[in-house]
Amino acid sequence: MKSIAAMASLLLASTSAFAAVHTVEAGPNAQERLQGALIDAQPGDTVEIGAGRFELTDGLSLDVDNVTVRGAGASESILDFTNQVGAGEGLMVTSDDVVLRDFAVENSRGDGIKSKQANRIVYRGLRVEWTGGPAETNGAYGLYPVESEDVLVEDSIVSGASDAGIYVGQSDRIIVRHNIVSNNVAGIEIENSFNADVYENMVTQNTGGILVFDLPNLPQMGGHSTRIFRNMIQDNNTPNFAPEGNIVASVPAGTGVMIMANRNVHVFENMIADNGTSNVMIVSYTQAFDDPSYNPLPRSIVLANNAHGNAGYAPDFEGGEQLAAAVGGQLPSILWDGTGEMIFSNDEAAVLSLGLTEAGQAISEAQPQPVDLHSDDLPEQPGDVTLPMDMEPADQ
Amino acid sequence: MIRALAVFLGWFALVSANTSTPAPVAADVIMGDTLPQSLSEFRFFTDGIGQTPNRRVFGYDLNTPLFSDYAVKNRFVYVPEGQTAGYTETGVLDFPVGSALIKSFGYPADFRNPDSPVRWIETRVLLRRESGWVALPYIWNEDGSDAVLARAGRRLPASWIDAQGERQEISYRVPNQNQCKTCHARDGEIALIGPSARNLNNGQRLAQWVDWSILDHAPDDAPRVPRWNDESDATLGERARAYLDVNCAHCHNGSGSASNSGLFLTYEQNNPVTRGILKRPVAAGRGSGGLEFDIEPGHPERSILLFRMQASDPGIAMPELGRELLHEEGIALIRRYIATMDNQG
Repeated sequence: MKSIAAMASLLLASTSAFAAVHTVEAGPNAQERLQGALIDAQPGDTVEIGAGRFELTDGLSLDVDNVTVRGAGASESILDFTNQVGAGEGLMVTSDDVVLRDFAVENSRGDGIKSKQANRIVYRGLRVEWTGGPAETNGAYGLYPVESEDVLVEDSIVSGASDAGIYVGQSDRIIVRHNIVSNNVAGIEIENSFNADVYENMVTQNTGGILVFDLPNLPQMGGHSTRIFRNMIQDNNTPNFAPEGNIVASVPAGTGVMIMANRNVHVFENMIADNGTSNVMIVSYTQAFDDPSYNPLPRSIVLANNAHGNAGYAPDFEGGEQLAAAVGGQLPSILWDGTGEMIFSNDEAAVLSLGLTEAGQAISEAQPQPVDLHSDDLPEQPGDVTLPMDMEPADQ
Repeated sequence: MIRALAVFLGWFALVSANTSTPAPVAADVIMGDTLPQSLSEFRFFTDGIGQTPNRRVFGYDLNTPLFSDYAVKNRFVYVPEGQTAGYTETGVLDFPVGSALIKSFGYPADFRNPDSPVRWIETRVLLRRESGWVALPYIWNEDGSDAVLARAGRRLPASWIDAQGERQEISYRVPNQNQCKTCHARDGEIALIGPSARNLNNGQRLAQWVDWSILDHAPDDAPRVPRWNDESDATLGERARAYLDVNCAHCHNGSGSASNSGLFLTYEQNNPVTRGILKRPVAAGRGSGGLEFDIEPGHPERSILLFRMQASDPGIAMPELGRELLHEEGIALIRRYIATMDNQG
């Protein structure tokens, strides 16, 4: 067995020694040339996307392991799907050890870049944008890794997604850092995932800034162990433009951070300000569900050392205005529906509990009251998420 | 002496070329590790675009086929001499290394006229090699003399007169090699979709395949899915589930391309929520159409599944690949199915 592994690594080394670069320039017939390069690439190869605008009609896909797709820069190499007529995404990746860097995807009809069951994937220095600004007709997700282990999303820009700018679903070991996400419904969403570090992102002018959710009836459930730290989460007041039916369509405009039905989530050292409904919201999943293995409650949630700016001055949910009036005209920075267990906040910011006791309870049964969630004995943080060494940028 | 031999050989070659027995299917090309540039290299057909099958290449149909923009399809199976596919009660048959499945897509000029010649656009082959299945798309050239490998796919204009006498025109999408895999993926490997015992079984076919020595055996009571469009064949629910199985479940199953959706439409799936009944969308985006459930029993107009079948926008339409036109007859079937459904489906 060991010798097979040794042989495999030798083979890998020998293929990378002969790694080829497939360069594709903009121009006529770009669809077939670029897709052809993505098919012809061998493990270890690089597909270089030249500078310029590539007019594409169908989604692209990559299914070869250990390939780098590199453009000349996020404002230089532009994959333009404005006239897309086929396939859901702009680019779909279904292989392992892929690096995507330094190009842009514009106006795809569905998601921007999706990777599924693609382990050890790197998204670096990308831009996904719906150039007409927020619109229900925009694609759902900008950067969309799902069902993967070891995911790195960094130094990228996403704008205009009608669901989440950066969405990581049903995955394990995730780092999302140094990105700029704006004008999406959700800026960053970690859903049904384990072990995520979300840090040093600029999250502004979305409907909701950063969401950590768990949903029922999915192959991977029981989302846990996410750390959200040192992010700038400001002015997320864009009216919700998600199509109804999607879970994010229920996110109130003016939400900074929202934690729903998740366990072991730590939010610390962020700057969270100017979010009209709430800087941080901690809630259970409220819709009816039929899935005995699903836990709809928030558990073991910790807020600490976050700097809170103004919040709660324009609550965007039913009964929100009356609620604000009842507590002095403005909601406190932190809202908790009252459900779950081990909910702590050591932030210097007031917390309002709705006083609900179970998931799915009607908001009309709320008994709002200020609560003190301070504790000197906070649950321990999950450890740093560490990814395989070779996923880190070489020039850093 | 040498000259005489050369003359004799030349004569022999001539006679051989004129003989009525064509060279057999190129087993070595199927088994090899090359990507043949021309379909003719396999010798599946004795007359190119005429689609006359070579020896041990047999045509077949399915009870319920995949809808592909009203294209007509010629399906063929090849199993090497001296070998047979293994019968399996569930899933697709177990084809031996060296087998091939061949499917041609085309349009008759006029669907109202059964004798109307079919213009074949492409032929897709699935080769069973030692390493697993390999999927390759071939596009027929203008004069129909051969089809050429097009791994990156292509869009081609196609037009016809439909069954109602209307002229139809589409930009027909030949899938690229990765798109082949999108539908044919099981846990990341390429798998067959169509040739399961239950979808092949029309009462005679399995026994016929045993007779032709391409299938090892078949029980008399082999399972069978109904013909989706034959009301005399099965109940509405059975036909609808057969339709969803063939048209959706190749991605919507636990190890397929849509595994992350949690919506699984395989024929044997019995959990109502997993089949979409009162199931909320997860990552549907615009695909939700503002609706709450994949299937809301009694309310086709409030069911995302039907909404996406009725959509043409590529960010919304389902299936994602291979459908530009609406399948009106399929839509009618699923509409009736949902309209008459109770909460257990």
